Amino acid sequence: MIYTKDLSKSYNGTTVLNIEELTIPKGQSFGLVGNNGAGKTTYFSLLLDLIKPTTGSITSNDVTVDQSEDWKPFTSSFIDESFLIGYLTPEEYFYFIGDLRGQNKADVDALTAKFEDFFNGEIIGKKKYLRDLSKGNQKKAGIVAALIGNPEVIILDEPFANLDPTTQIRLKQILKDLAEKQGVTVLVSSHDLMHVTDVCERIVVLEKGDIVKDLETNPATLKELETHFASNMVASVEEE
Amino acid sequence: MIKHFLNLEWKQYFRSSYWQKNIALNILLVFFALYFVALFLSGGFILLPALKKLYPDEDPFIVANSFLFFWIIGDLLGRFFLQKLPVMSVKPLLTLPIKRSTVVNFVLGKSALSFFNFLPLFAIIPFSIMLIRDGYATSMVLPWMLTMVIIVLIINFLNFIIEAFSAETELSILPLLLVSGVLFGLDYFEIVSFRTLIGDGLISIANNPVLIVIPLLILLVSYWLNYKLLKDKLFLDSSLKTKVQEVKAADLSWTKRFGDIAPFMQLDLKLIWRNKRTKSMLPLVILFLFYGLIFYPQETYQNQPWFYAFIGIFVTGIFLINFGQFIPAWDSSYYKMLMSQNIKYEQYLSSKFMLMIMSVVILFVLSIPYVYFGWKILLAHFAAAIYNIGVNSHVILFGGSFNRKKIDLDKKAAFNYQGTGAVQWIIGFPLMLLPLGIFGISYWALGFEVACTILAILGIVGIVLHKKLMTIITKRYLNSKYKMIDAFSQDN
Repeated sequence: MIYTKDLSKSYNGTTVLNIEELTIPKGQSFGLVGNNGAGKTTYFSLLLDLIKPTTGSITSNDVTVDQSEDWKPFTSSFIDESFLIGYLTPEEYFYFIGDLRGQNKADVDALTAKFEDFFNGEIIGKKKYLRDLSKGNQKKAGIVAALIGNPEVIILDEPFANLDPTTQIRLKQILKDLAEKQGVTVLVSSHDLMHVTDVCERIVVLEKGDIVKDLETNPATLKELETHFASNMVASVEEE
Repeated sequence: MIKHFLNLEWKQYFRSSYWQKNIALNILLVFFALYFVALFLSGGFILLPALKKLYPDEDPFIVANSFLFFWIIGDLLGRFFLQKLPVMSVKPLLTLPIKRSTVVNFVLGKSALSFFNFLPLFAIIPFSIMLIRDGYATSMVLPWMLTMVIIVLIINFLNFIIEAFSAETELSILPLLLVSGVLFGLDYFEIVSFRTLIGDGLISIANNPVLIVIPLLILLVSYWLNYKLLKDKLFLDSSLKTKVQEVKAADLSWTKRFGDIAPFMQLDLKLIWRNKRTKSMLPLVILFLFYGLIFYPQETYQNQPWFYAFIGIFVTGIFLINFGQFIPAWDSSYYKMLMSQNIKYEQYLSSKFMLMIMSVVILFVLSIPYVYFGWKILLAHFAAAIYNIGVNSHVILFGGSFNRKKIDLDKKAAFNYQGTGAVQWIIGFPLMLLPLGIFGISYWALGFEVACTILAILGIVGIVLHKKLMTIITKRYLNSKYKMIDAFSQDN
């Protein structure tokens, strides 16, 4: 489904991402972990054609993302708050995204109704602009907006950050369902190893732009990841 | 503590990307500043001889004082538009062991050092020197000078009080107009003659320097009021809480008749209606509708029809110019999202185009009463409106693809240079001077009616080629996509 080949991105000679080959099959829930500056957001931005790759390319459903725009109808994403339009209410924002993705008001209402639990009564019908919502509630609105229009690929950058524990648990369930029951390819990045291992079938560890680990999730994965990042810490202490 | 604050101010100023990226704009501002200094300086020296000549029978010192009231009102009006409230990013300071009063005093003290307070000195001091040279007693002129400095500072703080109130109302200019209007009205109808009150007051101080205590007291009171206002605002929750506004939803279903572009049109209308920066642009549009009234009633301009088209371009195109020059920067804060969505760029641009066209039509209809000054004006305006629709709309959309500056929608518009780059200055030439040139030349060579026809034909050609032009423009936007995304995600 998503095939990355010889992809690299550098700024002024510094390489921030370098992926030789990476294949993400349809319906996989894919997790990207790594420390700050590992290249997670860079990879997602390349996937959404927000920045131009220095070399290589990504193909999504046989569409090369930096050549054609045909990946847009089946791809949706929420990277950060800059994906929200501050002067709209959450409902208006959902309808707007729905309009762009060929969904009418009733479709959007039907979808958002399913997330009443997730919203916890703080999003819909509050007569507030998105810019006036708290960071956590903004995130909830952004994530749900990314689910509008039955996308086949969903990209979420740090979806668990800023969310309260209850919402985190609900979000994990939503993401699992999407991949398992609806065959949606879900890509998430996170700093929280526990959440990613809970949600994702496959976890890739990025370090300074390189893939250093590619794991199928099993009961031992969390331990393995923890050891990996802890040993990183030891290594950096020794370097000093 | 002050040392740290000054250090922070220095770094904030010179490390802001605004400063670094806008050298040209800064040079322009410095040029303006020097121009005004020169103006005030020469004014200060010329004033005394000029008054002697104009009012040979009266004491020029007394005459000058009697005009001070108008100067105060003028200064207030000017400052409201030009001078910004002294700001300091206090959030990181609130949790540090710094007294709130220190912060407030620093911010207010800083405002006293504003350019607007020094500018009058360039007129006051030379005028005083001229007075002394003319034989006025130094013991009289010096207290007068000091009083003037105090008055300047009073205006400075008074302005901030007015701004503090205007920030809370919808029509931000209203409190100012109210205050200056009432003062002026009271004076004009001689209910309370502020002119003589202020003039006599200053002369009494000059004659009896002890009275300087009175303006000093007023200054202290205005400082204290500011201090209180600011100190109350210096809590995080007050700045957070006041921001939440109730949504005002309007029925925009009429946009549905525009088909594909309806979602974008609704978005654009909400953009204009719900953000400070765009909303404060609207009074400007109304104001410029009356732009022609400056020229048309005067006979000198009545006989110069080559000028009509220029005013027509302005009157019917003011929204087009104001809104269009910042496409697509209006959407800069969520541009990334738009670019990753399933949108057709052409629809996105068509919506903006449609909006500008509608504004030209509406403004033309509203400007029809200018026919009172002659049918020629109406004809020229009509030609200018067609030119705006067919040519300028495309030119400004094309220029927009060079925009690389982010816009913060929450700041007010008047004299807000954010988002302004070389593009806005350069685009102004083809937008306004070109039609003026075409119209002017063809007027001299071929006559008024032909000039109007030529302008209108150019507009019609633009309308006919609309589809083709839009394809070219869209291509330009697509080509600069990455650059725009990158530029818009950087803070100014």
